[in-house]
Amino acid sequence: MKPLLETRGVTKRFGAVVAAEKVNVQVREGEVVGIIGANGAGKTTFVNIITGYVKPTSGRVLFDGQDITGLPPRKVIRKGICRSFQIPQLFPDLTVEENLLVACTLLNRPFGKLLRPFHDGKFIERVEEALEKFHIKDYRHEPAGTLPQGVKKLLDIAMAMMGKTRLILLDEPTSGVAIDEKFPLMDTIVRSVGRNGTTTIFIEHDMEVVEHYAERVIAFYDGKVIADGETSRVLRNEDVVSFITGSIPTARREPADADS
Amino acid sequence: MRRKDRTYPILVGLFLLFSGAVFFTPRWFSFLLTVAVARSLVVLGVVLLMRAGLVSFGQGFFYCIGGYVAGFSSNAFGVTDAGAVVILAALGAVVAGAIVGLLLCNYRDIFFAMLTLALSMILYSVIVKNPALGGSDGFNVPPPTILGISPEAVDPRVSLPLFTFAVAFLLYALAHRYFLSGFGYAGLALRMNEIRLEYLSLSARALVFLKYILAGVLASVGGALIAYISGHVDPELAYWTTSGEFVFIALLGGTGHVLAPLAGGVVFEVIRSYAFDLAPSLWQMVLGVILLLMIIFMPEGLWSLTERFLERKRDEAAP
Amino acid sequence: MREPLVILLDGLVYSSWLFIVSAGLTLIYGVMRILNMAHGSLYAVGAYTAASVVGWYFASGYDPTLSYLVFFTCAAGAGVLAGLIIERGILRVVYGRDEVLVLLVTYAVLLILEDVIKLIWGVDAYFAYQPYAALGRTKILGIPFANYDLLLILLAAGTGALLWFGLNRTRQGKFLRAVIHDREVSEAMGINVTRLYTATFVIGSALAALGGAVTAPSLSVVPGIGVEVIVIAFAVVVTGGLGSIGGTLLGSLLIGLTRAAAVHLFPRGEVLVIFVIMAAVLAVRPEGIFARVKARKI
Repeated sequence: MKPLLETRGVTKRFGAVVAAEKVNVQVREGEVVGIIGANGAGKTTFVNIITGYVKPTSGRVLFDGQDITGLPPRKVIRKGICRSFQIPQLFPDLTVEENLLVACTLLNRPFGKLLRPFHDGKFIERVEEALEKFHIKDYRHEPAGTLPQGVKKLLDIAMAMMGKTRLILLDEPTSGVAIDEKFPLMDTIVRSVGRNGTTTIFIEHDMEVVEHYAERVIAFYDGKVIADGETSRVLRNEDVVSFITGSIPTARREPADADS
Repeated sequence: MRRKDRTYPILVGLFLLFSGAVFFTPRWFSFLLTVAVARSLVVLGVVLLMRAGLVSFGQGFFYCIGGYVAGFSSNAFGVTDAGAVVILAALGAVVAGAIVGLLLCNYRDIFFAMLTLALSMILYSVIVKNPALGGSDGFNVPPPTILGISPEAVDPRVSLPLFTFAVAFLLYALAHRYFLSGFGYAGLALRMNEIRLEYLSLSARALVFLKYILAGVLASVGGALIAYISGHVDPELAYWTTSGEFVFIALLGGTGHVLAPLAGGVVFEVIRSYAFDLAPSLWQMVLGVILLLMIIFMPEGLWSLTERFLERKRDEAAP
Repeated sequence: MREPLVILLDGLVYSSWLFIVSAGLTLIYGVMRILNMAHGSLYAVGAYTAASVVGWYFASGYDPTLSYLVFFTCAAGAGVLAGLIIERGILRVVYGRDEVLVLLVTYAVLLILEDVIKLIWGVDAYFAYQPYAALGRTKILGIPFANYDLLLILLAAGTGALLWFGLNRTRQGKFLRAVIHDREVSEAMGINVTRLYTATFVIGSALAALGGAVTAPSLSVVPGIGVEVIVIAFAVVVTGGLGSIGGTLLGSLLIGLTRAAAVHLFPRGEVLVIFVIMAAVLAVRPEGIFARVKARKI
């Protein structure tokens, strides 16, 4: 089967620093992939290159067979790729509801039709759904800048997903969130993202979270992919253990509300 | 919960009120009001940009273009109808804005502010050094016909204010509609987070380009109206002090509502009359001090007072 | 042969003046992220101070050769004083606020200073031609040049060298460069940013005032001379790359020489050409020649 996303020899240098070196990755439709690696290993650069925030020095990015190398974010987004951010990128003075409505309007309405009223019934309905799906209904009238970190993360992802989404890239969805909130947060995300079989790639430092949610793991070290494959195998890989995780996973954690 | 929007009826009411003032108040007062309203159109453009986080220190560029379009239309090309000239002034702003907008749309923050300032100063120096454009003295603009009504038939001191109010309030209504559109909110979004905006598939540059032109159209129309009201144009229209005053009024009124520039404009004229009486040589200092105080203590402008008032009233109504 | 030489020397003189005025603006921006719109007013303060001092000095009949030292020092001193008042009294209140908001604050300062200048010096023109005339002229390849103008070139070179030395060879200068590079980390490393800010603003103000002082003898000092200066100085620093001293030097030369050429060949475009260069540079390099590329981490 043709991969949904493919990178061919993607390399990115910032001066002398090599943030990505000959990265070859293929992701099939519907996969849930975790990306691991130490800070500075090139994980976020990888996401930035795919979504066009930085241009690769060399190499190509293909999405659904189309070459999208070097397209600016706004054009990449229109292809059905979306992403969340390590630091949530919100409109801090607008309310949660307005944030979502801006996202929904801009993602679903061409530039030429933006003159239509902002408060459009059709979009308000979809915002309502998103509020429900991501469990952020209680915060709807609060300015986004004042939200707790976990809610910011959810809103960030919810905004990214207001358009048509075939592939979502989540950049550390649980960073900055208290340990006991990580699993509930991921559950919410996976449930809302995975419902329509959206292909998901997420960057994560917490190996328990990775082990629990990823079907497949790609490990980055120093800009290079050092392991790529089925989750439990990668996490037992010698290089991964010595360079990234430091230990072989032992206990498997079953979150209490996983299937509720 | 959104408050019920009564802006359109308020605009109609204000239009009627202002038009009545032309007939029932002294001439100097209705003149002052007309000037304030025409200039507040320029400020409306500044506010439109400010809502998107952009400060233009060079709206005098368009203000001057509008004024000179009006001047040359009647003096050189025999186009003497104010209605036609207002449209010409708007078109002139679109053309000029589209050209310089291509460079400006790459810039934000202080770069945008200073480059717009530089632009208006270029226009100023070009006119000053060019006798063909009237040089530093400028030239007079005769009273126009207004939608076919000649100045002989109806006193222009009556017809011109009415025309100004009609144009201004129409543009106010359109601007309000714009603020409530997708573009309006995209502007707020641009101010707060441009990266996210790009990730919502909107080109920030295209948005800045568009807003710059729209603000230019408002300034240009304001300039054309002022040319008729004062009967004279000179390069001072493009001078930095003129642009600076527009920024001042915008900050004074605030950016929260389409009526804020109007409120700011009227208050500004009042301050100016008093300051000129009390301390004519300290006018700029008065402006500077008020500006400082506004930035430090009331960065949302005077309009925020009405918001606070309305909120308190609502809280009282729903205990 | 005559004309190119005249253009070259005129251009160098104008570039020197541009550099002295713009270096302060770019230094303040580089360190403090403040674009000081009142920079031009500080320039005017320098010019007026110099004109007053020159008037008093020559009326008292002291030795003309010392006059340069006296009025340069007095003007720079006035700049230091004004800079100190502005930084301590007003800018401190708005540190950390949005760049544009601070720009508006400096605009308010500009408005206030313009009237303060009028209050102190009135609205009549001041002339301080004596230092200019006292130095006489030198013939270079048969063309007479005012020695004062040549002194100006030396002064600019000296200023540039001093700035370079200060930034690269002194302890405080290294701190400054650290702050320019990364403010947060510098602060975390224990650099006293507040004190550096004051020092930077004062040095920048002194440079603006010095720029005013050196021009005072070659033109009439009238109200409003400061405002065009800020616009032109901005064009220079933005062409070179805002915050970069080297870029400012390059921008000064580029704009100074071109303007001199325009004055001789196409006088009507004298002002226009400055901005044409700026626009041309920005169209190719949107952040100026010596741009520091900054990507926001997301």
